[in-house]
Amino acid sequence: MASAQEAAEAAARSDVRNRWLLSAPALLIIFFAAVGPLFIMLAYSFMAKGDYGDVKFGQFSLDGWFSVLFERDIFDDTLSLADANLSVFWRSLKLSVMTTAVTLFLGFPTAYFIATRPPEKRETWLFLITIPFWTNLLIRTFAMQEVIRNEGILNSVLLALGVIDRPIQIMFTDTAILFGMVYVYLPLMVLPLYAAMDKLDFRLVEAGYDLYATRFRVLWRIIIPLVKPGIIAGSILVFVPSLGAYVIPRVLGGGKNMMLGNYIELQFGQGRNWPLGAAISITLMAVVMVALLFYVRSATRGEAGREG
Amino acid sequence: MQSRSPGRRFLLRDRIALLPSLMALVTIIFETARRQERVAANGWNVPGQADRNAIEIRDVRKVFGSGENPVVALDTVSVPIRENEFFTLLGPSGCGKTTLLRLIAGFDFPTSGEILLYGRDIAPLPPYKRPVNTVFQSYALFPHMTVAQNIAFGLEMLGRPKAETDARVAEMLKLVRMEQLASRRTSQISGGQQQRVALARALAPQPKVLLLDEPLSALDYKLRKEMQIELKRLQHETGITFIFVTHDQEEALTMSDRIAVMSAGRVLQVGAPREIYDSPADRFVADFIGESNFLRAEMAGMNGARARARLASGVEIEARLPEGFSPGESVTVVVRPEHAQLVAADFDSSMPGTIENIVYLGTDTHFHLRLDGGEAFVVRRQNSPNAASTFEKGARVGILIGSTAAQILRD
Amino acid sequence: MKARHFDISAQPGFATVAMLTFVLLYLPIVTLVVYAFNAGNSIALWEGFSLRWFISAAQNERVQEASIRSLVVAAIAATIATLAATMAALATTRTRPYRGLTFKYAFINQPLMVPEIVTAVALLIVFSRIKVWTGYSGIGYLLAAHTAFCIPFAYLPIRARLEGMDLTLERAAADLYARPWMTFRRVTLPLLRPGIIAGFMLAFVISLDDVVITEFVKSAGQETLPTYMLGQLRRVVTPEINAIATAFLALSVAIVTIFFFVNRKKA
Repeated sequence: MASAQEAAEAAARSDVRNRWLLSAPALLIIFFAAVGPLFIMLAYSFMAKGDYGDVKFGQFSLDGWFSVLFERDIFDDTLSLADANLSVFWRSLKLSVMTTAVTLFLGFPTAYFIATRPPEKRETWLFLITIPFWTNLLIRTFAMQEVIRNEGILNSVLLALGVIDRPIQIMFTDTAILFGMVYVYLPLMVLPLYAAMDKLDFRLVEAGYDLYATRFRVLWRIIIPLVKPGIIAGSILVFVPSLGAYVIPRVLGGGKNMMLGNYIELQFGQGRNWPLGAAISITLMAVVMVALLFYVRSATRGEAGREG
Repeated sequence: MQSRSPGRRFLLRDRIALLPSLMALVTIIFETARRQERVAANGWNVPGQADRNAIEIRDVRKVFGSGENPVVALDTVSVPIRENEFFTLLGPSGCGKTTLLRLIAGFDFPTSGEILLYGRDIAPLPPYKRPVNTVFQSYALFPHMTVAQNIAFGLEMLGRPKAETDARVAEMLKLVRMEQLASRRTSQISGGQQQRVALARALAPQPKVLLLDEPLSALDYKLRKEMQIELKRLQHETGITFIFVTHDQEEALTMSDRIAVMSAGRVLQVGAPREIYDSPADRFVADFIGESNFLRAEMAGMNGARARARLASGVEIEARLPEGFSPGESVTVVVRPEHAQLVAADFDSSMPGTIENIVYLGTDTHFHLRLDGGEAFVVRRQNSPNAASTFEKGARVGILIGSTAAQILRD
Repeated sequence: MKARHFDISAQPGFATVAMLTFVLLYLPIVTLVVYAFNAGNSIALWEGFSLRWFISAAQNERVQEASIRSLVVAAIAATIATLAATMAALATTRTRPYRGLTFKYAFINQPLMVPEIVTAVALLIVFSRIKVWTGYSGIGYLLAAHTAFCIPFAYLPIRARLEGMDLTLERAAADLYARPWMTFRRVTLPLLRPGIIAGFMLAFVISLDDVVITEFVKSAGQETLPTYMLGQLRRVVTPEINAIATAFLALSVAIVTIFFFVNRKKA
């Protein structure tokens, strides 16, 4: 009969084998249809561009990465910054930061409002936040479009009230994109903020008032520092998808007001510059990854802080 | 081609026709084999009368982790556990008692050593092949099953016929007095009731040995007292060997036939409750079980199992002497607080001291004394309604230690 | 006069902003739903209540085809993703850290971390080449892509459920003579069921909603409902699109509501 040690080793070995066998399907599917293609795209970014899209296989070239920031004049070969690219980068960054700020401004009081409701009512309010969150993004974008169109509700109401005498053109501007992104990503701000506030110990707020703090000071010195992990989490969760937005600027921004997502698409379509598209994609992915890593680190540190 | 094809087709058709019956045959063989295995798991053959140890732990070591900081959970433990006895593993948390229980149950494997069940090494077997059942500390009742389904689970897994299982479940429900709640969900019954279901579930397959991992720790005081009596009754009625793990010395003393006191991965003493309480073999045992006074002393004289020890104050007292001591050695004398008596300060052959504090505890009173040698000493005296205490705080008194009250221990 | 007691948790203006947020969240959706019932051709002028656009959408063959494709893709992708995620969750929870565990976490959650547009163009690059090599341009690519990004969504609730599960229950089963497979079937799986259901529904909704990856991966004629709608938005919009969106919305809300209650029951 086998000894206890052998049995233990055999059990450990079969454990390891089973763990890999069990995770194999998930890992293979994700490798085939998510991770693997990213590596191929990385390779593409280092190849010469084909004349009609695609790339010239095996032809190493740094042009893709080079043209992310610079362009070479066709005639005199001088270098200059690629203004078209930079304006897209700038718009993406600007709109993402603004979206984050506006959602934070709206989301913080909302999350606080929900967190201070009686427990049995909180679920309902939270549910009201969750519903739009799970509604199709395209449908929500479309719904926003109906509100801000020239003939939409916003303009109709303003006209009826006599605030304006002519519809304001919001569609196909950066403002339209901002409206859309705020609307679409607002739940992403409220949910982590709520999670942080739900854990807030209101005895600390009481202690603040007990020590002569005003409402504003309690908010500024006690509540905000305590829910800071939630603020960071919410901001990153809004900023990251805003930066990579594709549908919202396409629908609300029209053809001209492109963000990174649309600009990437352009390179793979009419732009016929796959290496550039690949290089921008990888840059975008890198930025997002760094932001998410920061998020994970601050989230785990927040966790540890609460423990200690 | 043409000539071979009919024959082929026939064979193929033949095989297809045979397929269902073949599959049926395979199923029967498979099922029989499984039943055989189940019978083997449950009908554990008990060898001849010679070997009456239900479980024998032989030189078991368990080391967790490896490399720089391995943790030795069990350090070469050997304990025989007799058939039909209520055996308790007692010790503070982290002493290795639960680890030992897990090794017997099969949730973990020993690093070395053997665990014999009626003479056969079960250490390498997985838990489902051991005729040993466990009552878990958290009860671990299946929340998606009813009380009756929980109790039937083990029998079902052993492949017992339905009728037998039902009868056995009914019997078990009766044994733990839970007939009324058979179809309740386990989340709908109280803690004490869950405890009974856990017991019934573990007893239903008639294990050779029942393991109980601090099963009473989650109950409140009164319920715990009730369950202690209940457990003794069950053990008596079923005649199954119980191995009980607890850190509660009172529980261990009231319930056990024998106790193994453990500390830091070692078994320090095995014996009947009285033996352990009255003659602790070790300073840790004396300290962990009950309260004790420890006095530094020197061996003044030896005579077989008795010795005279000279205390720091110069007083000589008589004490019981284990083997292996030599005259002149410095030793520790252990005295239980209730085995010492307070007398007048000038009483012959008493130790002089001063009362520093008097604590009234209902059933008895504790006198905290300071001996003249500087050591602390506690005397416990039972209260009685007609005898008022004549000793006051700050008074000079004598302490009298009977000749059977003290025991010599190694320093 | 009754003195107003001091409300510890109140902050001035917060309730107003919260109400504004809820109005902002629901006004567009409500508008969209209301105009789905408009009798006229416009999504701006209200001309009376009518179900004509729902009927016209239901009779539109392209809508029918896209809806069925959406549902089929979501059903298949969510099923495979849930199976794979359940197995992966079993392999990555309730164990001491082992070599490769962090790698597995990162790998499984990767689709959550990369912007959709990036995954979409990467898939475009690879799948378009495979399409040329193999000549196959069926629905398989769409299924593979959807399954991949559904896996982390199915994985998360299943893993959460597993981690909350008491290990001693499985030990108790083994102690009561249940072999590993029996332990899994009779104890682990029944207790895991709410997590699996939640994971499946989440994966289903995510697949149903996807626009970006589908838009880049689909071959010609493989419209799903969202890509069909995206295409329609470029044209003159009639309330038919509102009707489709409303029906879609109703389905999503129904699924999320079920999900909400299944998840709550577990707690």
